[in-house]
Amino acid sequence: MKVRLRNPRRDIDIQGPKRVRILLEELGINRESVLVIRGDSLVVGDDMLADDDEVEVRPVISGGAT
Amino acid sequence: MRCRRCRAPDIVIELRRHNAAFCKDCFLHHCREQVRKAIDEFDMFTPDQRILVAVSGGKDSLGLWDILLDLGYHADGLYLGLGIGDYSDESAQMAKAFADRRQANLVTVDLPTDYGFDVPSAAKITKRVPCSACGLSKRHLFNQAARQGGYDVVATGHNLDDEAAVLLGNVLRWDADYLGRQQPVLPASEDGFVKKVKPLVRLGERELAAYCVLTGIDYIVEECPNAVGNKHLGYKEALNAVEEQSPGTKNAFYFGFLARAVGLFATDTAAAKDELAPCPSCGSPTTGEVCAFCKLLTRVTVER
Repeated sequence: MKVRLRNPRRDIDIQGPKRVRILLEELGINRESVLVIRGDSLVVGDDMLADDDEVEVRPVISGGAT
Repeated sequence: MRCRRCRAPDIVIELRRHNAAFCKDCFLHHCREQVRKAIDEFDMFTPDQRILVAVSGGKDSLGLWDILLDLGYHADGLYLGLGIGDYSDESAQMAKAFADRRQANLVTVDLPTDYGFDVPSAAKITKRVPCSACGLSKRHLFNQAARQGGYDVVATGHNLDDEAAVLLGNVLRWDADYLGRQQPVLPASEDGFVKKVKPLVRLGERELAAYCVLTGIDYIVEECPNAVGNKHLGYKEALNAVEEQSPGTKNAFYFGFLARAVGLFATDTAAAKDELAPCPSCGSPTTGEVCAFCKLLTRVTVER
């Protein structure tokens, strides 16, 4: 799957399928500090991401670096 | 997991501090309810009053403005152009696009156009961090715009994470004066300060970001380049590390302070409040001969 990260903005490829919670753990990101966006909606920790999904991991801390 | 309110299975967000999950419609309802409760609990304003929302183009201020309009309040926006390169250009576009979409009234003040300086040049001349000139200009110009426009109250987008991080900083330094003033409402004063309120104190910044994504509000995601790496951010990260282990800690820290501790510092705040008089240059209340903003304006104009 394609995962967009911010600060700085970059795209990385990760093998799916994978649960959101596991994706964030593997990226070392605190789930209190981000949203995971797929299309125009949000996915939560137990949601499964498919290998062909495109998601954005968006920091929510003002000035945050994730 | 199902939505706490309607039991639908298609949830869009988990809020661990509430031990709850919500579907889209119930989450948006939750956000509006939290703002409504804060307004009522702290007597922020009434439906007949005019509100000026300090708008930055970020998730918090645009989310706040949207919710106040949805709740039926008379809320206009005030955007302050700070002259911070692409960041200011993009944030101004976001604020304007939102106002157009909601057919809301946006008042704009631009530091470079209206006052002849920008935040980066003020920082260079005063040899202080940019956030210093920025904060000073915002406090002054929001208050001045509210007075001149006849608004009853200025509303800012400070959320629970902001307030908990500021509280942590104030406690670490035992800054009694700031602790006494850290309230969700600062009342109007006879000497010319307009009432200031923070209707988002019951919502975390993750909730505000989610609110904007789910309602299609386009906001500036990249933060101000001057804020990266500052102390405030470090406090937020520290609190989030605690929150991940122990959900609800930020909420308990801030609201416990309001319920049981802020009053203990009120005397320090009262003692620190000197007598105010109108600035001879702009009329704003000040303890000095001229106000801090006019002093800054003179300095950047002379030394440019």
